[in-house]
Amino acid sequence: MSLQINANMKRRYAAEKRFKAYAITALALAGAFLIFFFSDMISKGLPALQQAEILVDVHYNDTSMKSYRKAVDKPFRIIVSRGWLRTLPLHMEDHPELMGTTKSQWVIANADVDQYLKEKPHRLKKKYQKQIDHLYSEGKVRLAFNTGFFTRGDSKMPELAGIKSAVIGSIYVLLLTIAFALPIGVMTAVYLEEFAPDNRLTQTIEVNINNLAAIPSILFGLLGLAIFINFFGAPRSSALAGGLTLALMTLPIIIITTRASLKAIPDSIREAAFGLGASRWQTVWHHVLPLAMPGILTGSIIGLAQAMGETAPLLIVGMMAYVPDAPGSMLDAATVLPAQIYTWAGESIRAYEERTAAAILVLLTVLLSLNGLAVYLRKHFEKRW
Amino acid sequence: MNIADLSFYFVAGLLPLSVMAWMLGRNKVTKATTRERWNSRPGHYGWYSIVWLATPALAVALLAGLLHLAGLYTVPATTFLIIALIAAAAGCWQGLRMIQPSLRARDSIEKVIRGLLIAAALTSILTTIGIVIAIIFEAIKFFEIVSFWEFITGTQWSPDAASGDNVHGMFGSIPIFAGTFMVTIIAMLVAVPVGLLSAIFIAEYATDGFRNVAKPALEVLAGIPTVVYGFFAAITVSPLVVKFASAVGLHADYTNALAPGLVMGIMIIPFISSLSDDVIRSIPQSMREGSLALGTTMSETVKQVLLPAALPGIVAAFLLAISRALGETMIVVMAAGLRPNLTWNPLEGMTTVTVRIVDALTGDQAFDSPETLSAFGLGLVLLFITLILNVISIYVIRRFRQHYE
Repeated sequence: MSLQINANMKRRYAAEKRFKAYAITALALAGAFLIFFFSDMISKGLPALQQAEILVDVHYNDTSMKSYRKAVDKPFRIIVSRGWLRTLPLHMEDHPELMGTTKSQWVIANADVDQYLKEKPHRLKKKYQKQIDHLYSEGKVRLAFNTGFFTRGDSKMPELAGIKSAVIGSIYVLLLTIAFALPIGVMTAVYLEEFAPDNRLTQTIEVNINNLAAIPSILFGLLGLAIFINFFGAPRSSALAGGLTLALMTLPIIIITTRASLKAIPDSIREAAFGLGASRWQTVWHHVLPLAMPGILTGSIIGLAQAMGETAPLLIVGMMAYVPDAPGSMLDAATVLPAQIYTWAGESIRAYEERTAAAILVLLTVLLSLNGLAVYLRKHFEKRW
Repeated sequence: MNIADLSFYFVAGLLPLSVMAWMLGRNKVTKATTRERWNSRPGHYGWYSIVWLATPALAVALLAGLLHLAGLYTVPATTFLIIALIAAAAGCWQGLRMIQPSLRARDSIEKVIRGLLIAAALTSILTTIGIVIAIIFEAIKFFEIVSFWEFITGTQWSPDAASGDNVHGMFGSIPIFAGTFMVTIIAMLVAVPVGLLSAIFIAEYATDGFRNVAKPALEVLAGIPTVVYGFFAAITVSPLVVKFASAVGLHADYTNALAPGLVMGIMIIPFISSLSDDVIRSIPQSMREGSLALGTTMSETVKQVLLPAALPGIVAAFLLAISRALGETMIVVMAAGLRPNLTWNPLEGMTTVTVRIVDALTGDQAFDSPETLSAFGLGLVLLFITLILNVISIYVIRRFRQHYE
């Protein structure tokens, strides 16, 4: 009898151990993925922070003004970036004092040279490989920090492509998003928590906000396209159309988090204010909102982070346009960082791959720091009642 | 002067005027010689005059905007600014005139604020209505060209072949939905076991310290933008799938449905785990203790007591996760194929609803071409499915809450 019980117990404990092992395996799988994902992105993206440069003599004179390729000596014409050479005539116009001089300077190399130096797949001919090897041994080729990646806009030449215009577009879009979503979201939450009577309308609004939070982001893009662009005539691919679309998408997040932080404030605060003769709005403005501020801020940051990584609705309103220069206003064609990642990911030239990964690293760094900031704010400023 | 400049001048003009109105209204109270007690604080009278200043000006702007949008008449910019200025001045003058000790300024502005708050709250309803109308309106145009029945039951989707009147049989959406469900099923096969088991471990087995690390780490998965997942699926996972498949002697396309499905599943893990975790933890401690006191092991308690009790919440999480997977766009746009393909083999390229929507709207077709309009037809079905899933999950979760709270 006792033997049977013992056997039974053994079986049950084994089952317990198995179950626990399954559970921890699941968690470990998620963790392993996270590590694999980040190491993959970092190993793909870090090389883009370096860019091959070649030390060449650049001739600033009338010949190179007419045909920019002649600005460098013949053996270098293939291995130096054509896109960079193309900017020379403009550069000379801006700096007439350079005319007639020959300067030995570090010049951005062609994308294939860059990839060859980084030992990645490339299409550099054997002849030029030898030339690069030779130059490298003489110290005339180097991998330098890629400042251009941060100071240049998009380009059809991978070696010249940078994220500046996308970053500025992102800033525009996010400013608009927050300018619309934050006041409207907070006002809605204040109305629902502090003012609204419990009637049909209020319930409808509440159900509606929950539904809005669950609608796929791409459908917000259809809304933006049909309403903002086709009906109100906002320019296609402008920061305005994108910002408004994202604002509507961020709205539910801000409303829900603001409501939660308003709910957390005890009624004694409100009753004390009413007791002193404050009106409802005075109570809210002077007492409830300041106390709810950390929660509202946290919610807005989380909403902002989500808007920042959103791509699908922006593609629909046309924000994947090729934008080499930073947009000058809210109405100019603009692109955002995630959309830039999308367009680069679709490029057939391999050299774009590392730039895509590098742009992803930039995006992830910003997003993780925003989320970290939100967690910090919640931990340090939130009061427990 | 374009509309952007005009609205800038309008707002830039209104702001200093408002400040002026506020000071005038307030001064009238503080400089008053009357002995009577004022009903409200001086600042309230300031705001009161701002309301009187801004309302007529905004009304003029609204009217001009409506006239312009309706295409009836476009008010010349200078005329508009002058009329708005006159209206503002007249309103302000009237407001200042009404400021008297007996005026209940606080109540008046309270009413205005309440109105503004209601207006803000209605924005979310307008957004929903906007989405529904925008989609239905264009979808109707699409279903005028293509019969709804053919759209729902057709098995061939080839909008490129559809030209002019020849749309018969070209817009059958079954292969597209087949791809969508295939990717969704793969994603759920990854996300549900991993998410649920992680939630059980975090809620029942983990120490507080471990929990404080593991939970935010899982949430990082939800914070990664979908475009990043898409890149990862297309560049890293897809080639891996192809390599594995050929290692076991199978052929896989680079645009296979498996890679985006797997990556989407990983993206969805935190939705399942954090919702399930909340639900499991909200089960009363007494149930756990009652079960353990009967001599069950932890896993028996979890399987026989906690999970059945948490089932409604877990089902709700499951439904929300499905609707998330159905509407997910970037991962499939970047990693799944464009070719509609009706197959059971996840290693073949398939396409999804969201891919076709993006493809139809980012191409260079005319806006009223059947292909562009088909995006709205697909969007309508997607909206419909998501809303139903969401309503069911809200209902289920509410029942669960009522049971335990």
